[in-house]
Amino acid sequence: MLSRVADSLYWMSRYLERAEHTARLLDVNLNLMLDEGPESAERRWLRVLQALGKPKGIAWEGDPYTLTQTLIFDREHKSSILSCMISARENSRHVREQISTEQWHRLNSMYLQVTRPELKNRDRAGVAANDTMQSSDFLQSVMESVHQFQGVTDSTMNHGEGWQFIQVGRYIERAYATTLLLEAYHEDLWTRHEHATEGNEFLEWMGLLRSATAFEAYCKVYTADLTPDRIFEFLLLDEEFPHSVRFSIDSLQCALERIEGDGGRSRGEGLRKLSGRLQASLSYSSAEEILTQDAVAYLRGIQEQCMTIHETIYALYMDYAIQAALAG
Amino acid sequence: MPCRYTQATLMQTAQARQFEQSTLKKYLLDHAYDEMFAGPQKLRPHYELLFKHFSSLPADELQRRKQAADLSFLNQGITFTVYGRDEGAENIFPYDLIPRIVTAAEWAKVEKGLTQRITALNLFLKDIYNEGRILDDGIVPREVVYSCRHYRRQMMGLQVPRNVYIAICGTDLIRLENGEFVVLEDNLRVPSGVSYMLTNRRVMKRIFPQLFRGYNVRPIEQYTQLLLGALRSLAPEGRPEANIVLLSPGVFNSAYYEHAYLARQMGIELVEGRDLVTHDNVVYMRTTSGLRRVDVIYRRVDDDFIDPMAFRGDSILGVAGLFNAYRAGNVTLANAFGTGVADDKALYAYVPEIIRYYLSEEPVLNNVETFLLTDPKVRQHVLQNLDKLVVKAVVESGGYGMLIGPQSTAAQREEFARKIEADPRNYIAQPTISFSRAPCLIEDELEPRHVDLRPYVLYGDKVTIVPGGLTRVALRSGSLVVNSSQGGGSKDTWVLSQ
Repeated sequence: MLSRVADSLYWMSRYLERAEHTARLLDVNLNLMLDEGPESAERRWLRVLQALGKPKGIAWEGDPYTLTQTLIFDREHKSSILSCMISARENSRHVREQISTEQWHRLNSMYLQVTRPELKNRDRAGVAANDTMQSSDFLQSVMESVHQFQGVTDSTMNHGEGWQFIQVGRYIERAYATTLLLEAYHEDLWTRHEHATEGNEFLEWMGLLRSATAFEAYCKVYTADLTPDRIFEFLLLDEEFPHSVRFSIDSLQCALERIEGDGGRSRGEGLRKLSGRLQASLSYSSAEEILTQDAVAYLRGIQEQCMTIHETIYALYMDYAIQAALAG
Repeated sequence: MPCRYTQATLMQTAQARQFEQSTLKKYLLDHAYDEMFAGPQKLRPHYELLFKHFSSLPADELQRRKQAADLSFLNQGITFTVYGRDEGAENIFPYDLIPRIVTAAEWAKVEKGLTQRITALNLFLKDIYNEGRILDDGIVPREVVYSCRHYRRQMMGLQVPRNVYIAICGTDLIRLENGEFVVLEDNLRVPSGVSYMLTNRRVMKRIFPQLFRGYNVRPIEQYTQLLLGALRSLAPEGRPEANIVLLSPGVFNSAYYEHAYLARQMGIELVEGRDLVTHDNVVYMRTTSGLRRVDVIYRRVDDDFIDPMAFRGDSILGVAGLFNAYRAGNVTLANAFGTGVADDKALYAYVPEIIRYYLSEEPVLNNVETFLLTDPKVRQHVLQNLDKLVVKAVVESGGYGMLIGPQSTAAQREEFARKIEADPRNYIAQPTISFSRAPCLIEDELEPRHVDLRPYVLYGDKVTIVPGGLTRVALRSGSLVVNSSQGGGSKDTWVLSQ
């Protein structure tokens, strides 16, 4: 597979995952905000910004609707949902012949839908008019579209190298985003239990779970008895839940192994060690242990390892020196 | 047979009624050949079924199907405008729903003529880049060849695989007032539009399945497979499992959709200049599993931009060192470099002679009468008759750099007269031809519009032409310019099997 193609598929997938994650986070928080007074809005939205990795140039200015509008529609900001969707489609356009026609149709109609001028105006007006229902509809449709795209991808595209790079992009983004989310909540809620006002505690924990589509899955395992440590364990270490960090890293590792296998060489030794080490750490750690030590440092450690893995993928498959490749 | 006669009369009466009721109020015939009508209220036989079908549809049905087709084009991303981040910048390629029908007999002649033409032009290219017999014999003047902008000195004495210079060509045909198909222009460099031919067909089969079944239309879907076969047959010797790629200028090129479409349909890699590297006169592509050798390049990048070392130094689309690898015989390019000599508009005037010279045959398809302006007497005649003629710049395409005499202003004519005097080799003149008109759906009514026909010719181990081509339409009323950049569109072309 061409290096440029792998690069585009990887980023297409990352951007879509990012758009979906941002949409869900905003949707959950716009919804929960309704259950509380305006005095706690600031803390909530600062936490949202932190969970999104503190996007450059976007700051809390006192109005949740202005903030969400920026995070959804502002094309000046690379991290807005609209920018992510546009970048994803841009990347897919560069590899139009590599993805299936069904995938392209799905992605293209998604793009046309979110960029459609009248919708843009309507939803902008909707958000500005504090109409949570309309922006919620929009966010729902973004999430649905991304899910549909993933379904179409799985059922119409060859599960070959290109598909594996799509998995790599999706899961590295998901692992990274989930650790950011846990970190944001940890700083705010775990360490300062008093922050959650009486009676609202349940809602906040539910919000965290919902932000990772984990509420129902969690309840199936632990019932609706929401305890912070179990939530932490579930989102970080659960083996079977597809949005947990462990599941993401397992899937990432699996995809990387398949790619390396397809290439038929062993030059991926360094990369295998990196992802293997991370996978082992998640497989054999316990939540208690992490929480009694420095949980934030542990989460940041995962983020750093994700970045190193990203860089190593680049050096190995996309951006290698020609002389070295000819010699090898 | 009296019985048949009665039936025919009955049909004619029925038809007459249909004509009155139908959406034909704006269908006025003029001196141009009409594809559907042989005379007022007199359908050509092969259009009868189509006419009956469209007359039987409820009034809003056509619009409904048009919308379905629009959506299908848009969702498939079949767009042609240069891409920007602004969502307004993408438009679907304009097309028309009413198919253009070509009879089996008409097609047989076109096919024969095009085969003859590509064979002769290919021999011509081999000759001028090697011995130059045709120049020695004075059939084509040396100065016409050497003054072509697309003449490539670098190609002299170079052996190309199977002696095929033109592997893919798209020839523009028009119909004269008497219905005869003639060649308007050869496109021998990087002809485009074939993906529209293929998608038009796919959409039409979906929108009008019954009508399509009613006609015995010859299929065209095998085009990509034939193209792949032609490319494979040109692989360098000793490379049995040839790695074939399509080289595109990239996503910002207006024909990018087509590049991606063709690569996908053929199952070959779509590469850009930055994906390729050369080393020791071998071309490689950069893949996730290292460098992989490339054997055949179907290039959709112009000569000028393909190798900054051999041609234009400021090109960033190309691959440095590609030409040397080509010269060394380690990679095949289709089409070869320098094929643009043979589609120069001044050289065009010599094509009938070229056919006679190499094949000792009379041309099956005629040229349009062409005035070469380098001859002072001819030039004088042309300058005096600018208001009746069409003047074209020899190196331009896409409908640019053109003067259509009868539709021009005095100021435009003066401007062209000045340009011609300044550089007569750069222009040719032709009589203004009203090419044939075919019915098109304009809002709710059928109206006639001028059309041409671009069949696609492939030349690998033999010449193959899929039956049909791209019928381009000048969608503006009265316009003779069919190029998509100038308000043109396209329609599906149905070649009947008997």
